[in-house]
Amino acid sequence: MNQTVFAPWDDPKEKPLIRFKGVTKRFGDFTAIDDLTLDIYEREFFALLGPSGCGKTTMMRMLAGFENPTEGVIELSGQNIVPVPPNKRAVNMMFQSYALFPHLTVYDNIAFGLRRGDMPKHDIADRVDEMLKLTRLEKFAARKPHQISGGQRQRVALARSLAKAPKLLLLDEPLGALDAKLRQATQFELVDIQEKTGTTFVIVTHDQEEAMTVASRVAVMDEGRIMQVATPEKIYEAPNSSYVADFIGDVNILTGTVKPAGEGLYQVHWSEGREPNIAASDKNFSEGQTCHLAVRPEKIAISADRPADADNALQGKVLDIAYLGNLSTYHVELQSGKVIKAQTANTRRVSRRSFTWEDPVWVSWTATAGVLLDR
Amino acid sequence: MTKMSWFNVTSITLGFAFLYLPMVILVIYSFNASQLVTVWAGFSTKWYAELLQNEAFLDAAWVTLQVAVMSSTIATLLGTMAAYVLVRSGRFWGRTLFSGMIYAPLVMPEVITGLSLLLLFIGIGLDRGVLTIVLAHTTFSMCYVSVVVSSRLMTFDQSLEEAALDLGCSSFDAFRLVTLPIIAPAVISGWLLAFTLSLDDLVIASFTAGPSATTLPIKIFSAVRLGVSPEINALSTIMIAIVAVGVISASLVSKRNSLRIQRDEQAAARAA
Ligand SMILES: Nc1ncnc2c1ncn2[C@@H]1O[C@H](COP(=O)(O)OP(=O)(O)OP(=O)(O)O)[C@@H](O)[C@H]1O
Ligand SMILES: [Mg+2]
Repeated sequence: MNQTVFAPWDDPKEKPLIRFKGVTKRFGDFTAIDDLTLDIYEREFFALLGPSGCGKTTMMRMLAGFENPTEGVIELSGQNIVPVPPNKRAVNMMFQSYALFPHLTVYDNIAFGLRRGDMPKHDIADRVDEMLKLTRLEKFAARKPHQISGGQRQRVALARSLAKAPKLLLLDEPLGALDAKLRQATQFELVDIQEKTGTTFVIVTHDQEEAMTVASRVAVMDEGRIMQVATPEKIYEAPNSSYVADFIGDVNILTGTVKPAGEGLYQVHWSEGREPNIAASDKNFSEGQTCHLAVRPEKIAISADRPADADNALQGKVLDIAYLGNLSTYHVELQSGKVIKAQTANTRRVSRRSFTWEDPVWVSWTATAGVLLDR
Repeated sequence: MTKMSWFNVTSITLGFAFLYLPMVILVIYSFNASQLVTVWAGFSTKWYAELLQNEAFLDAAWVTLQVAVMSSTIATLLGTMAAYVLVRSGRFWGRTLFSGMIYAPLVMPEVITGLSLLLLFIGIGLDRGVLTIVLAHTTFSMCYVSVVVSSRLMTFDQSLEEAALDLGCSSFDAFRLVTLPIIAPAVISGWLLAFTLSLDDLVIASFTAGPSATTLPIKIFSAVRLGVSPEINALSTIMIAIVAVGVISASLVSKRNSLRIQRDEQAAARAA
């Protein structure tokens, strides 16, 4: 792997490749993108994550030049690209709907962009062959788009957008139609291509696991706003809001009021007459402030007796067990009725599992297991 | 095949008789040896031979063909452009008015279209001839083309054009290399429609034709006023044959196309 950590966003001297400055996009009186400010750096693999309709495609379309921002400026390598038409931008896009040309063969689809430039004929042929090989489409070069399967079409779209070796490649849900195995292989291929070509990728995905696997940074969006931009680890381990915590992976969220307990520790009173939780945080909370404690299921232990050294322990009974192969998730109902999810690795056979439905159990976690959030 | 009830048989016979009996009679009498149209005097093809000697008819046929080809080509160009603008440019000021005005000639009585064109040509001092008929036919057939093409463009996936732009095409190249080839069948049927409309137009042509150029429908119409001759029957039979061959081959081509696509898709399903 890399010797030096790739983190241009932490380097104040680094110039971003793309810069959104206060970009707002309205369709009529509907605001699709709301005052977006964002830097994306060269060689990044930047993932946009968010629920359907949050504005991911709109953001891509502004980068490609199909939509103009209502307000604000978009810069590419320091130059304002808002007035530049799509065919003059060193940006290629892979469309969510693929947008393959139905009247052209797979080969001609891939060659289409190359033929628009002044590339010599045999170079075009070489490049197309290279792309066909990369996407494993050699056998289908002579077919038309309606003669191949959905996954193959997706790969044609990918090959076509890659062929021109753009500075910036926009991928709108590039792997949605692939089966799990091909999807994983293509993800690695994408990362590989990215490392080989040094192209900057912006990828839209619904699949958070995909974002975690491929991305250098992830942006979580909601209703036209960016909620958090950070590396996958950071997004997962240190989400800045319960929205982000909830969106990425499974999480238990306990809402309560906070009381400082000194040395970066806080007590969270989350239910009347119950002993408070202890949570560590390097953020400052004032007494009585409402807060959310987000704890990942895999950080919660489950046991028959109350563990002696746990910072937080609660009693409940097993409501449900979800078997996920290598893992099991226990849904434990507390006396208050709240359900806590706890995850354990399945090291034993299912038949010899230590807990079953209706068993009384304790769930416990340490003070540093959770993240204390103010929204 | 299920057995047809007597009711179905009767209705289909009546329907087809109503549609085709006049034409069948016309075709039969074109092979009549007699000079009198209503008296059968044996089989003969002499009227066809005579037709080929008739300079006036041949001239008119030539004019008609020229007019049909030119006017349908211009109408296809203009109609496609108008349809493209109307469908693509979204909302602009006066769009409803503009599209209404394009489609108005569809419902305008032909007499009025013809008369207003006549007044225009007189007004600007244009001598009536092939040119004026071409202009007149272009005017009224262009809106038919634009209806056909715009209904195709409505279902055209706009992201295809965007993809072309994204890959470095200018707007014109995107239209030429992506949009046009895909909507070509609609453009061609628009052209065919304009062509046949021009071929059999009588009203507008009579307003805009001059002594130097007469179209076949005008010629036939004026000849018939002096009495129906077997020669006219022969001419009409030829026109029917041309139209029939055109229609049948067009439908065969489109049928073969859809069969091919079906076969290709099945092949793809097997390969996947
Ligand atoms: N041309 C348009 N006119 C009006 N509203 C639009 C237009 N394009 C997008 N929108 C709206 O903007 C919002 C964002 O759309 P966008 O396509 O960016 O969503 P998305 O995040 O890509 O969703 P998905 O994950 O489903 O693809 C949606 O609510 C959509 O309805
Ligand atoms: Mg989208």
